[in-house]
Amino acid sequence: MTRTSHWIVRRLSHLDGMLLILVLLLLGVSLAVVASASGQSPARISGHLINMGLALGVMVVMANVPPHLLSRVGPPLFVAGVVLLIGVALFGEVRNGSRRWLNLGFMAFQPSELLKLALPLTLAWYFQRNEAVLRARHFLVGGVLLLVPFLLILRQPDLGTALMLGASGFYLLFFAGLPWKVIFGGGVLGAASLPVVWSLMHDYQQRRVLTLLDPMSDPLGAGYHIIQSTIAIGSGGLFGKGWMQGTQSQLDFIPERTTDFVFAVFGEEFGYVGAILLIGLYLAIVARGLVIAARAPTLFGRLMAATLSLNLFTYAFVNMGMVSGLLPVVGVPLPLMSYGGTALITLLLGMGILMSVATHRQLNKS
Amino acid sequence: MSFATQLKNLDRELARFHGRLKVGAAFVALLATALLARGFYLQVVQHDHYIQRAESNRISRVPAAPSRGLILDRNDRILAENYSAYTLELTRAKTDDLEATLAMVGTLIEISPGQLRRFRRLLSESHEFETVPLKSKLTDEEVAIIAANRYRLPGAEVKARLFRNYQAGPGMAHVLGFVGRINDRDLKQLRDDGREQNYKGSAHIGKTGLERSYESLLHGRTGFDQMETDASGRAVRMLSRIAPVPGKDLRLHLDAELQAVAEQAFGDYLGGLVALDPNTGGVLALVSRPGFDPNLFVDGIDPETWKALNESPDRPMVNRALRGVYPPGSTIKPLMALAGLELGLRKPSDSINDPGFYSLPNSSHQFRDWKRGGHGVVDLRRSISQSCDVYYYQLAVDMGIDRMHDYLAQFGLGEKTGIDLDGESSGLLPSRDWKKRRWNKPWYPGETVIAGIGQGYHLTTPLQLAVAAAMLANGGTRIEPRLVQAVRDPLAHAWQPQPGGGRVKVAIAPDHLAVVREGMMDVMRPGGTAARSAAGAPYAIAGKTGTAQVVGIKQGARYEASQLAREHRDHALFIAYAPTENPTIVVAVMVENGGSGSGTAAPIARAVFDYYLTGKRPGGLKLEMERDAD
Repeated sequence: MTRTSHWIVRRLSHLDGMLLILVLLLLGVSLAVVASASGQSPARISGHLINMGLALGVMVVMANVPPHLLSRVGPPLFVAGVVLLIGVALFGEVRNGSRRWLNLGFMAFQPSELLKLALPLTLAWYFQRNEAVLRARHFLVGGVLLLVPFLLILRQPDLGTALMLGASGFYLLFFAGLPWKVIFGGGVLGAASLPVVWSLMHDYQQRRVLTLLDPMSDPLGAGYHIIQSTIAIGSGGLFGKGWMQGTQSQLDFIPERTTDFVFAVFGEEFGYVGAILLIGLYLAIVARGLVIAARAPTLFGRLMAATLSLNLFTYAFVNMGMVSGLLPVVGVPLPLMSYGGTALITLLLGMGILMSVATHRQLNKS
Repeated sequence: MSFATQLKNLDRELARFHGRLKVGAAFVALLATALLARGFYLQVVQHDHYIQRAESNRISRVPAAPSRGLILDRNDRILAENYSAYTLELTRAKTDDLEATLAMVGTLIEISPGQLRRFRRLLSESHEFETVPLKSKLTDEEVAIIAANRYRLPGAEVKARLFRNYQAGPGMAHVLGFVGRINDRDLKQLRDDGREQNYKGSAHIGKTGLERSYESLLHGRTGFDQMETDASGRAVRMLSRIAPVPGKDLRLHLDAELQAVAEQAFGDYLGGLVALDPNTGGVLALVSRPGFDPNLFVDGIDPETWKALNESPDRPMVNRALRGVYPPGSTIKPLMALAGLELGLRKPSDSINDPGFYSLPNSSHQFRDWKRGGHGVVDLRRSISQSCDVYYYQLAVDMGIDRMHDYLAQFGLGEKTGIDLDGESSGLLPSRDWKKRRWNKPWYPGETVIAGIGQGYHLTTPLQLAVAAAMLANGGTRIEPRLVQAVRDPLAHAWQPQPGGGRVKVAIAPDHLAVVREGMMDVMRPGGTAARSAAGAPYAIAGKTGTAQVVGIKQGARYEASQLAREHRDHALFIAYAPTENPTIVVAVMVENGGSGSGTAAPIARAVFDYYLTGKRPGGLKLEMERDAD
């Protein structure tokens, strides 16, 4: 064996076989659905393949980064992210009524993307550091670390991203052992504050919620997306209309059908049986992730693996729930299915971290 | 803290973490269950509902308008036809700013002020989502310009449309009528009749004339294309098609050339003329002057042209043959003579001595004869040929108004003839009853006197006079005039004769009728009132002249046509049939302010007879009409 091939085999040995198979299966389905949804557009398909290649490369790299190294990247990333969020609040570009983008001259950038990974990493790093002496005040600090970016993103305003980020932070605190009485107390408090939150919501956010409750109230405007995607899914029936045979998909009735609404295309063309299999694939990934978490040697590894797994499913749930009319329309892509480079890279980066946790078993010294 | 407690702590921590993992797994299972339940609801429970909605999203029913039937004259000359042309149409709901789009169109192609006015009127009558034509009959160049600038003209589109064209000119307008854009009132009518579905693809409907009365035959049945359309409404492919059934073609009894001859014979005069086949009731010509250009109405008339037509003192929109009511004057005399004979009040040989006036017993009022000094000794035949007023004054008094009414009613006076056109007037046949009902006044004997010469309350249309004259020609059969003689399904190619109108036989003693006819022939013979109009004719004519007063002439004053303004001159009337031994054509002419029947009305009838019976065409007659090749 040459040195190079030996090196490659060592790098690849950090991949988790089962996760890899599940991810590749999902990407295969994604390729088929995006091909159908884009009307077999060669540009879309090749773009999708390039994104997949890049993201898989990132995954392999991340799988080889030992968790203890990874944990040190968290805090600086978090600080940078928060500084950028403040920058957005001060100098950000307004698009569609909210201030989310930072213009870096050569590209527009959403700092909130950065926090999606930086927040769990930082929290996991923080709890790992204080593992031996975990007290209530550590959860208090963790809560503050969560709230700072959450509130900054909320006032952009970007309710969807803020909630998704809040969920990932909450999962981490939960797995770190956040006491049940705090969780229930917070839940009750949250429910009680709903009317206040409602009154603080922006018009378009209120409208979105109202449209969800009654999509027919605005069938040509805000409700159009939901109505058309529910029709697509419902008309798919048990076995679907067949690949590239969905009338709602092929005749342009579904908006954003390669990205946020890709599940509508899937549901129409592959039916309820297809949806069960797809959800099954997500559940299998989550199950594998939770097993990795259970076996992880360090608290950092456990927390990251469990949080990333739950987070992935939350995204999948929110997206499918939105497309099928169960949840409000928040711009969340379907993990590993929607077309889009940034999201795919972030997701496979997370998968890489999971694999790294799975394959770096020796106890590291903190 | 000892190492042991630390380890124990770690164990406890790990156990708690595993517990939390289970909670996390349960949470995920819960979310997954929610998704699967939602999927089950949408894809299994509600599947039928959603498949139906997807189908109605995908499939649109596009109406396919049938082509309208043609209208041909008796020799298959095309009077009304269709052609397809490009129109520029705007939909208000699709424009961002209507005025901006209009201004932009104006810079690209020429839009006349009239087109703009018409557009605004149509716009004000239509809904936001309806397309409204701005300019029709675009040239190829204009179509190309609009197509190239489509992106600058939101809400504007070029459409290929079928249009109606009336190449027969203004003279035929009162027969054919015209089609116009379907308006709210038409739409309501269609809805009430349950015919709305059949007009889904149609923009036009018959508004007047034959176009209106034969609408149900001419229109045809709308077809429907099932199209697969995408979200933007663009048709992707056709799924199925129910072909439209084209409207039926109509062949008229009317001879377009005869109509043109009659038109031309009127010269500058206004008036109406009806020529009938006395045996079938077929309308050979139906003229109302002035005419108008029916093509103006097809795609909406602009308000100023409409105003000009509507307010013209010549009233071109009134069909005089059908709706114009005039006192029949002396044209009623042959019927009165027949009534006198049939009721046993006169014998043909009974004579009177006409001193030039008539007075009722115990009255000094003089009802004058048109001829000063009177006609002397007058029998029945002479009373017709000389048009002796005093003879009929006396006959009317002997008959009484009620018997006069009842007898004349058999000839259709005071009643619609039942022609296959809408909007006919019924005229007025006076009676004691009528006056009581209408005015709540008693009947005066003097009113009977003037009723005897067709003056007073009497009102008739030229069409009614033609039917009455036809009864004299055919021996007493009252016919319902018909314009359409046959109908053709353009797919089947064969002409189906239309059933003729109703026929009512009025019993008339042949010898009585013969005397009256002789009197009418005498009218056209040397010494008769219209002898000049029969001079040189190779066939024999029977006729009767008449005049209808426009202004009353005072007692003791004289009517002097040359001293009156033209609009105050009498209307000239003439009824006639020919050839007398076996009549094939009957004509009733009314010339507004024509002065005397013999002077202006009879020569027009002569021109019609000449053309119809001998084929003689007057000089300068130009008729440019295609014939139907089928």
